[in-house]
Amino acid sequence: MSILETQALTRRFGELTAVDALTISVEIGEVFGLLGPNGAGKTTTLKMLTTLLPPTSGDARVAGFDIVHHAADVRRVIGYVPQLLSADGALAGYENLLIFAKLYNISRAERESRIHASLAFMGLADVAHKLVRDYSGGMIRRLEIAQSMLHRPPVLFLDEPTVGLDPLARNAVWQRIEQLRADYGTTIVLTTHLMEEADSLCNRVAIMHQGKVAAIGTPAQLKASIGGNGVTLDDVFVHYAGDTLESGGGYRETSRTRRTARRLG
Amino acid sequence: MRLRERDAPRAVSVNLALPRPANPVAAVVQFVSKTLVIAELEARKLRHDPTDLITRAVQPALWLLVFGEVFTQTRAIPTGGLPYLDFMAPGILAQSVLFIAIFYGIAIIWERDLGIVHKLLASPTPRTALVLGKALSASVRGVSQMVIIYALAFLLGVQIDWNPLALVGAFATVILGAAFFSTLSLIIAALVKTRERFLGIGQVLTMPLFFASNAIYPVAIMPAWLQVIAHVNPLTYEVDALRTLMLNGGVSAFGLALDFGILLAATALLVIIGGQLYPRVAT
Repeated sequence: MSILETQALTRRFGELTAVDALTISVEIGEVFGLLGPNGAGKTTTLKMLTTLLPPTSGDARVAGFDIVHHAADVRRVIGYVPQLLSADGALAGYENLLIFAKLYNISRAERESRIHASLAFMGLADVAHKLVRDYSGGMIRRLEIAQSMLHRPPVLFLDEPTVGLDPLARNAVWQRIEQLRADYGTTIVLTTHLMEEADSLCNRVAIMHQGKVAAIGTPAQLKASIGGNGVTLDDVFVHYAGDTLESGGGYRETSRTRRTARRLG
Repeated sequence: MRLRERDAPRAVSVNLALPRPANPVAAVVQFVSKTLVIAELEARKLRHDPTDLITRAVQPALWLLVFGEVFTQTRAIPTGGLPYLDFMAPGILAQSVLFIAIFYGIAIIWERDLGIVHKLLASPTPRTALVLGKALSASVRGVSQMVIIYALAFLLGVQIDWNPLALVGAFATVILGAAFFSTLSLIIAALVKTRERFLGIGQVLTMPLFFASNAIYPVAIMPAWLQVIAHVNPLTYEVDALRTLMLNGGVSAFGLALDFGILLAATALLVIIGGQLYPRVAT
């Protein structure tokens, strides 16, 4: 049973078609990866699915709600961790969670126990009352994921969840994502350009290229599709998306990404 | 690295029926409580790091101490019988609140450059509650200025009206004034989107707003064309209300009802416009 469906979902920015008639379907409980080079349309897709950006045409349903006509309902049933730093550094970790617990209508009775459980789950109980600006990059990411899971959303969107993290911090984040899926059956849609991340986390991946799905399937299927022994997902990526050297990015985006990486790193 | 066996997605029952406001009353309660949560966020930040409040107090202190003391000597400005320092103290309070509020958009752009705005916009919080919450956040800062300027003015011998009702009135005026100008700032931020352009516009706006108002001289001594501008400038009504409420024997030029009416209506209008424009910040 699918919990997320898009039908010819399209977004244009002037001349540029960032997402071009995207049609995908994600099953309940699946970890679904959107892969692609910078500018392939991954983040734009996520922004539409999280109701931050209206589509130019086409439609999509998340947990049964239309992203345009029932945007407010969509927002109640999703969690979202943006690519950019989204925890507030001037507040303690506990306070970051408290504010979002309130915004997500978690009853006063349940608030404290959920916050403490998620701090413990993310390994942040010791630093709960320290300012987030003193956290490491991996701790910030885990806090952000905790923030987006407080209301136990059936669908969680993660935009490049491990960008700028070292391998240890990355593993810690991956384990928590795994655990969320196992504990709550959360459907997770994530974007990444780390093949290793897609390979170890995702049940299925869609490789996006210039706003379109170039290939879709389980990592094993995709590897098999280009044949040969010892094929890695990297090879698949290059095969489907490798014909452009430099796509997208641009000065503003680069400066933002680097800033995020610096803060997280 | 393999964290687990790749099993087929399990069929899990997912609770989609998360609580949702059922009736208009509940919706209003939610709107108000969400607005206050956004303001609470700001208050918590200030509690962690109040240094900004102190540095912000330097400028109004200089205005009162230097400009105020000098012009008190000249008696060049008709103040309707008030000592000049008394006359200008509410104007400086309004100015201080204006300066804090009008650059509030910078914080919005900053939060946009991070992902905080995106996360707020993807949460089930009404857009207008986000905007009004941000406005009240500026009010929190404005009220802190009120405390400092009241204390300073008192020390300089300004005849302050300590009547609790007058204090509550001044408090409300400061909250409204900060809310109005910070929402104006948020709207500008949503339109221009970059720090550089925003700073330029902020600077171009601030001085005319301040000087085309009754903050440091009465509207009556202005040339006719400037009087017209002063009369459509909400800062004029904010100052008028503060002058009435802050000073012993303060007299309103326009009447408190008109002052509050204009401030309330203008703020409400901007919050509604801001609610429409705020989502643009994330795109």
